Amino acid sequence: MSATLFIFFVLAGLAVFGAVTLILQSHPIHSALSLILVMLSLAGLYLLMGAEFVAAVQIIVYGGAVMVLFVFVIMLLNAGEEERTNFSKLAGFAGVPLALALAGLIAAAVANSTRHMPAATTGALTSTRNLSKLLFSTFVYPFELTSFLILIAILGAIVLAQREHN
Amino acid sequence: MNAIAPYLFIIVPVIKVALLVFIVLTADAYLTWLERKVIGHIQARWGPYRVGPHGLLQPLADGAKFILKEDPMPEGVDKKAYFFAPFLTLMLALTSLAVIPFGPDITILGYTTNFGVADINISLLALFAITALSVYGIALAGWSSNNKYSLLGGLRSSAQMISYELSMTLSVVGVLLMAGTLSLKEIVEMQHYRGYGFLGWNIIGFSKDHFGFTQIIGCLCFFISAIAETNRIPFDLPEAESELVAGYHTEYASMKFAMFFIGEYTAMITVSCLSTILFFGGWLSPFPDSWTLTHYLPSILLIPFGLWIIFDGIRYETVFGRIVLPGVGFLLTVIGAAFFLYSSANEIIQGPFWFFVKVFAVLFFYIWMRATLPRFRYDQLMDFGWKLLLPVSIANVILTSAVLLWRARG
Repeated sequence: MSATLFIFFVLAGLAVFGAVTLILQSHPIHSALSLILVMLSLAGLYLLMGAEFVAAVQIIVYGGAVMVLFVFVIMLLNAGEEERTNFSKLAGFAGVPLALALAGLIAAAVANSTRHMPAATTGALTSTRNLSKLLFSTFVYPFELTSFLILIAILGAIVLAQREHN
Repeated sequence: MNAIAPYLFIIVPVIKVALLVFIVLTADAYLTWLERKVIGHIQARWGPYRVGPHGLLQPLADGAKFILKEDPMPEGVDKKAYFFAPFLTLMLALTSLAVIPFGPDITILGYTTNFGVADINISLLALFAITALSVYGIALAGWSSNNKYSLLGGLRSSAQMISYELSMTLSVVGVLLMAGTLSLKEIVEMQHYRGYGFLGWNIIGFSKDHFGFTQIIGCLCFFISAIAETNRIPFDLPEAESELVAGYHTEYASMKFAMFFIGEYTAMITVSCLSTILFFGGWLSPFPDSWTLTHYLPSILLIPFGLWIIFDGIRYETVFGRIVLPGVGFLLTVIGAAFFLYSSANEIIQGPFWFFVKVFAVLFFYIWMRATLPRFRYDQLMDFGWKLLLPVSIANVILTSAVLLWRARG
């Protein structure tokens, strides 16, 4: 097993472990911490593929800003331990089979894709300069539209907060 | 030598990491001494004076105290987070130093290596990524302690760090626009403007191939946000004694408290290194390249300093004063003389020497601020960050891009 593959399995294992503990934890803060672990392992996977910029941004935006807000809100609301409820009938009847079906579908898609698609060219976008050129020339309109969307979300939040205030 | 050559890529970084951790932890300890001493003198006191000559052994005494004190854990804490928080703070603070280049590449015994632990081409982003995570240490410590003062301190800290991270990141964009790279090493090399010394530094702004634009606004914004990020006065709201006892580390004692403390001082050092690199030319000398006589400055400073330590040390009738201090002084004198005599060693030391001098100046400024300024009120802090610092940093980005575009055209 090559070193890259070994690191991949460690990071992928960490990501899956984080995702599973995210659901199993009974305290919201612990769940948030597990989610941070998932984000960090994903950043590591990006790094492994030679996408350094995406990895750093993944940590700054998701690991840092977004999750800090999550933790902040949980702390502010002082949310306590969640109570574990019994397995609901609906979950047993529809949830579990549907979840299994979805898992099978994704597994089949992944298994098929490796046959048809060429292996990902790792490091094709290595330099941040190339990435920014793509973002600000080829994809400039989608990029600007996305920022517009975020602006609308910010305005919406301000409007909601103001209404609460009045 | 040839036998170990294939393993050098792993041996050298390990040695570097060990050296860096040792140096930084020592520097942290003596930074507390310097801080108390400088603040003491500014406030017309002596500062630490009892333990050793000039209180020089005070950090050791403090360290022993930290290790030997009882470490009680309050009732009802969230154990995992409570134990994890100080480790996280210290770990992230030390990790962030890994990407700092302390000097130009050096060649020792034919092996060329970078003067720092890791030389990666997105080092600035990596540093910001680590800083972005460091808020968790404080937030978790505050939350897990099961104490309302801790919780309030942790909440304040998260809010403060999110707010000031924005202006801190935006304030360096001007530098990035001029440098065209995210690598800290290349940012320093870019400031080497035709060998004219300090004129090339980003704070003045004549960069390598074109006339840049002075980043003095960016520098001010960066420094102010950096102080807020490291929770230092006047932004030390998370640990405001008069309101919150000691904020997020109220319930921590002994070594766990020391970890927060070391983390804070390491963050101070990192930020000082970063402002040196981004705005004050990193390891570059402030004098023009043609002034070769300035290369003897390290010797000129080291030899008298070493002789003074010998002279000062022997006046004390203790082991530390009579033996250790003269020993250190002798060592410094010999090192200074060696730099004076061997020009190859002297060339190697130029970069780290200037880097150290600049970082020391920034750290001194930090301490000076602490002795001078009172603490902000919480609403003032938020107003200042969002309504003044953020717009000004964005304006700096727009101004710098406009000037660069105009220069590139005309």
